[in-house]
Order: sequence, then C-alpha cells, then structure tokens
Amino acid sequence: MQSSAHTADGAANLPRLAGHFASLEVQNHAARLGMWLFLATEILLFAGLFVCYGCYRFLYPEAWAAGSRSLDLTMGTVNTVVLITSSLTAALAVHYAKAGENKKVGVMFVLTLLMAVGFLVIKYFEYAHKFHIGTLPGRYYHYEGIQVTGIPLYFTVYFCSTALHAFHVIIGMAVLSVAMVRAFRKKDFGPNNYTMVELGSMYWHLVDLVWIFLFPMLYLV
Amino acid sequence: MTPSSSIDTAGAAPHDEHHDHHPSYLVDGTTIKSWILTVDHKRIGLMFLFFVLLFFLVGGIFALLIRLELLTPGPTIMDAMTYNRTFTLHGLVMIFLFMIPAIPAVFGNFMLPLMLGAKDVAFPRLNLASLYIYLTGAVFMLWGMLNGGLDTGWTFYTPYSTHTTTTVAPVMFGAFIIGFSSIATGINFIVTCHTMRAPGITWFKMPLFVWAIYATSCIQVLATPVIGLLTVLVAVENLFSFGMFDPARGGDPVLFQHLFWFYSHPAVYIMVLPAFGVMSEIVSTYSRKNIFGYRAVAYSSLGIAFVGFFAWGHHMFVSGQSTFDAGVFGVLTMLVGVFTAIKVFNWVGTVYKGAVDFKTPFAYFCGFLFFTVFGGMTGIALGTVSLDVAWHDTYFVVAHFHFIMVGATIMAFLAALHYWFPKMFGRTYHEGWGLVSAALIILGFNATFIPQFLLGNNGMPRRYYDYPERFQALNVASTAGATLLAFGFIIIAMYLTYSLVYGKVAGKNPWRSKGYEWLSESPPPTHNFVGPQPTFPEEPHFYVDPKKAEVPDAV
Ligand code: HEM
Ligand SMILES: [Cu+2]
Repeated sequence: MQSSAHTADGAANLPRLAGHFASLEVQNHAARLGMWLFLATEILLFAGLFVCYGCYRFLYPEAWAAGSRSLDLTMGTVNTVVLITSSLTAALAVHYAKAGENKKVGVMFVLTLLMAVGFLVIKYFEYAHKFHIGTLPGRYYHYEGIQVTGIPLYFTVYFCSTALHAFHVIIGMAVLSVAMVRAFRKKDFGPNNYTMVELGSMYWHLVDLVWIFLFPMLYLV
Repeated sequence: MTPSSSIDTAGAAPHDEHHDHHPSYLVDGTTIKSWILTVDHKRIGLMFLFFVLLFFLVGGIFALLIRLELLTPGPTIMDAMTYNRTFTLHGLVMIFLFMIPAIPAVFGNFMLPLMLGAKDVAFPRLNLASLYIYLTGAVFMLWGMLNGGLDTGWTFYTPYSTHTTTTVAPVMFGAFIIGFSSIATGINFIVTCHTMRAPGITWFKMPLFVWAIYATSCIQVLATPVIGLLTVLVAVENLFSFGMFDPARGGDPVLFQHLFWFYSHPAVYIMVLPAFGVMSEIVSTYSRKNIFGYRAVAYSSLGIAFVGFFAWGHHMFVSGQSTFDAGVFGVLTMLVGVFTAIKVFNWVGTVYKGAVDFKTPFAYFCGFLFFTVFGGMTGIALGTVSLDVAWHDTYFVVAHFHFIMVGATIMAFLAALHYWFPKMFGRTYHEGWGLVSAALIILGFNATFIPQFLLGNNGMPRRYYDYPERFQALNVASTAGATLLAFGFIIIAMYLTYSLVYGKVAGKNPWRSKGYEWLSESPPPTHNFVGPQPTFPEEPHFYVDPKKAEVPDAV
C-alpha cells in the first residue's frame, strides 16, 4: 500500500493507510480476509490432485502400496520435521513483529528460509534418485523393480503433487525474503504494522499444511 | 449503523491536487501512463470493456464463419480440420475471454464501489494486476490458436486432448492464467463487499447487482482453482504423456469430465448470475418500483451459487454413470430451476402495476426474460435423464446453452451498457436506434437458435462439419438469424461510438433511478464522491410512488 497517495505518516511503526480505506483497522481486516480467501483457493487447487489421488488409489491399490513403499521414508520424515519447524519460526516472526523487535523478525525469517532450502535440497536428492532408477511418471517409467499395473500413474501423481508443492515452497521463500529484508533494512514492523509478516507467515503455514497432507498420503499409507 | 468518527475523517480526506474542482475520472490524467498504470476501478473497468469487446468481435467473426460453413451440406468455405479449429476458437474466445469477464470485470468493477459508497475496490493494485493477468492469458491463448490452433472443442475432453498434436498446451496454460485473473477479481469483490460498505449500507441494503456479483465471486473463488489444476494437468500430459487421463496408460478420462464439469457447470453461473443482477437493477428502475421480494432475489443468487456445485453430473448422463447417480444429479439440476424461477417471478412481480418506462434497457429485459425462461425450461428438460440421452450432444444442447448463457448474458451486457452508458461517459445514446437494434438482436437471436432446437430434436449432432440434405432448411434459417444478429451489433457499435462524442450530456441521473451509483456525478470523479463519504439511509430500490419517482439526493 506504500505507493498510495494518502499516507498517514508519523511516528515509526505506523503503517500507511491507503486512501480508499476508512481506517487502519478496516485495511488490515481486508488484507487478512483477502489472504484467507486466497489460501482457500490454494487448498482447492491441491484438492483437485487429492481427488485424482483418491480415485486412482481406489483403482490401483497394489500399485499405491508398492509405490509408497518405494519412497524413502527417512528423507520424507526429515523433510516433514524441517517444514514443521520452519512453520514455527515463521509463527515466531509474527510474535516478534507484534512486539516491534524487527531484528528478531529478520532472524526468524532467515531460519525459516534456511530450512526451506534444506527441504528443497532433500527433495532434490529424492528426485535425483528417482530419475536415476527410472521411477518416473507415465511413459517415462522404466524401473524394473516394481511391475504392477498402475504404478506409472502413482508416480504421475507423486511428481505432479510434489512438484506443485515445491513450486509453492519457492514462491513462499520469495515472499518471506521480502519480509525479511524489510525487517532488517526498514525496521518498520511494530504493534500496529505487522500485516505483511502475518500474511507471509500464513502463506508459509499453508505450504506446510499441504505437505502435512502429502506426506502421509504419498509416503505412509 | 452509526458512522464512527474515524470513518468520517478518512472519508473527508481531500485529494491533494484537486482540492476544489473534481475532474471526472475520464480526464483526470490523460497520458497513456495514467491509463495503463491506473489503480482507479473505473478506468480498469473501462479497459476491460475495451478488451472484452475486442474479443467479442473476434469470437463473433468465428461464429459467422461457422454459420457460413453450415449453410450447405458438405464443404462450403473451409475444410473439416479448419472447421474443428474454428468452433473451438469460437467457444474458447467467447467463454474465457468474453463471457466470464464481461459483466463482473467491466460493470462489476465500475459499479460495485460506487454502489457501496466506496472510493475504490479493496485491493486496487490487485485489480489492475487482474487486467494484465487476463491479457497475458489471452496472449497465450491467441498465440496457440494462431500457431496451429486446436481442435478439441472448448471442453478439452480427454483422451483426445492429451493426444492431438494441435497446440493444446499453450491454450490450456492461457486458460489457467485467465483463471487467476478471475480468482483475483473474485477475491477483490468479496473483500470489498465485506469491508468497504459506506455507513448505512447494511448487507440487506446492498443493491441486488452487488448481491449477484458477490455470489458470482464466491463461485469464482471456489471453482476456478479446480479447473486451474486440471488445465495444467492436461497441458503437461499433452506435452509429456503422463497418463493421468489416458486410458491407454491406466488413466481415467471420466475423471477429467468430473473435474471439468465441477468447475464448468458452476462457471455457467459465473456467466449468468451477473446478468441476473443487472436485470434486477434495470427492472426496478424502469418500472419505478421497489424490487418485489428483495431478500428472495438476494438469497436465490446464493442458492444458485450453492446448488450449482452439485449439478455437474448432468453433463455425464451418457458417460457410463450409474442410474442412481444420474437420478440424483437430475434432481439436483432441477433445484437450480427452482431458484431461477424465484427470480423470474420476482422480476415479473416488480413490473406488475409498475409505471413502465420502455427504454432500450427495458427492451433487453424483455428479451432476457424470454431467453431465461425458455433456456431454463429446456435445461429442466435436459436434466431429465431419459430426454437427455436422446438430446445429448445434439444441436438441442447447443441451442439450450446459447439461449440461457449467451442469450441471457448478452441481453444483460447490452442492457448494462445502455443503462450505465450515461454514468460511465456522461452522455446518452440515441433511444430510437437503441430500440431498433434491440429488436433486431432479439429477433436475430431467436432466428438463430430456435432452428437449432428443432435441428437437435431431429437428431443433428453438434460439432459436425457435414449434415444430410434434410437439415439444410433449418441451417439456412439459423445462418440468416446470425446475420441479422451481426447487423444489430454493427448498428450498436456505430451509434454508441457516435454518442461517446456527440451524445446529449446526461446529467447526474438521467433515469431518475434510486440506485446508489447515481448519487455520484456522471461521469464520477476519481474518488467517486465529492466531499465527505456519503451515507445511504434509503434502500437501493426504494421508489415511494411509482408514478412520481423523485431524484434521490445525496445525503
Ligand atoms: C443458468 C444458466 C445456464 C447456463 C449458462 C447453461 C449452460 C450450459 C452449457 C454450456 C451446456 C453445454 C455443455 C457442453 O458443451 O456439453 C449445458 C448443458 C446442459 N444444461 Fe445448462 N446451462 C444453464 C442452466 C441450466 C439449467 C437451469 C438447467 C436445468 C435445470 C440446465 C441443464 C443442462 C443439462 C442437463 C445439460 C446437459 C445436456 C447434455 O450435455 O446432454 N442448464 N448448459
Ligand atoms: Cu451444467
């Protein structure tokens, strides 16, 4: 909102009120409501994949069992822990932003981002392994080890959903980086102005939440 | 609702440069940059209007090509492959680039904040972004269409779409991108309704157009992500053969149909609910009467939005669905008819004993009523499984959805264009020409699609390039109707363009309407209302005495 013509400048930590809103309270309410709606659409986006997962799991139970056994449970578990922890640091960032401790906000986001990178690195190793042995989607599947009907479809679902999730991780990292830079450089978060931190963290929780669905679906059951 | 002091001060905050004179949004900044980087919802609405009309022209030209090809059996002006591409492009352009954004993105954008007494939508920059996202998607689509085109039909049915070598992927990515624009607009409108209503506008004092846009936005937000995912999956599958919907690789094409219609059935209400909203405004303005059953009309929008999500299976009666499923979907489909009927009865109840002012928008209202009732009734008929099995994929279905979707939406779009023309541009159009072209269009529309009902009932399948001799007479009739329709549009284009420059200056409220949007200047200043934020003590469709409706004053 910083580019708006009407600004209620003043003491530091005071957010800017865009001219078309009645009050700051309303402005923050609008931002939060918009974010919730957006997150709902994101969940629905993944829901389409979950429907595909459910249908094909019903059609090819053996392939699903064999497929999920072939995944590396350790890497998956580590990744889950990493992502949940990163959600915690993101939540702490909001906590510090409310208290106006900008430096801590920045540090929390640095930690979150480091864990995000860690997540992607582990994912990279998992992908590389699959590329190597040939457990790939659709017509690219050429692994000799598992030969049940429907197994290429399992990997189609696996790659589509994890890739879409990884894409969200990357977007989330971009958002959090901006918030981090603002916390360090401008130090403008405070009790009245933490909407950006809050919304960024909300997005990050969504990324985490989706993974919490994907992990048991793909690795465990 | 008492206005709090913070609201008053914020409302009164002066615009820095234009403290005393308030230029209209049209002249407040005349550089190209002031348009393409504007965050003013009115300018964004106007830019949407420009592009939506452009794509309507493109889609219309394709429509005429289709009708020309079908004038005679066998090849007439093109070969079979070109025909397949032509009807696909027609459908895609009309649905994704015209119908879906037509009313919400143009008139919703322009009128919603005015009707809520707000200075803008909640997220002006997101609003501008949604225009550019839409254009990006359009570029992808058009690029794909020009570089090989595609022949799947606008429904992209698998497994054909995952195998055809035509340019499925870019077009589907285009549709995906446009979906984001639709979502962004939807989120923006929902949040605007929740947070930006002026003091005095409670939920049940919102104009019915706002209610309709609100319900539409809910559908947009809830349904579009699913088709977004689906377009990506099909595009990827077309490129890499992943097999998700390909029976040869164990995938299930019927799953595609389920997910597709889960969006696309509600999507038909994205196109038609705003039309219902426009008509609610128009019918009360030109009958000089408060709308009959305001709450029923408002709730039935939400009702349609809700049951619309459970009716998708009626597109799949012949897909091997169980009889039980078919029965359930049939009944759910008919529920939509109930909610639509509520609206129809309320509109008719509004006209009853009103002082009707038969202006061009009201002429469109009459056409609209006919198309909605007729299209809706054929919808009920199609929802009856046994009948649908006979009519499925014939011209009967084509006529049905053109009647309800295109007929109702076009009527509303043109009605809105005429009704709000003075508000948007400060000038009025020529009433005589307006009525003449309205008559032409309604006539042309009937002449185009009534023969198609008959064709379908006689068994002519849709999407075919060739047909037996015995269908020719009706096809010629349909093509003649389409030509009439085209003339109607040309006339409108001419006198509206003329009126932009030479039309009579309209004044604040030429229709003496009670709608809130008329409380502001015509055309409105950049921040919509001069002076402190207005409050709205009256109801939006409140006509005291139908015979002497007064001009409402701004309070
Ligand atoms: C209100 C706006 C409506 C719109 C915009 C609309 C639009 C459409 C469209 C586009 C199709 C064809 C889809 C295709 O390409 O296969 C269609 C088919 C159908 N519509 Fe509607 N429709 C509307 C209302 C209704 C209503 C009220 C009913 C029933 C109460 C209904 C029942 C059906 C049925 C059963 C079919 C499937 C026919 C078949 O494919 O065999 N529609 N509609
Ligand atoms: Cu439908």
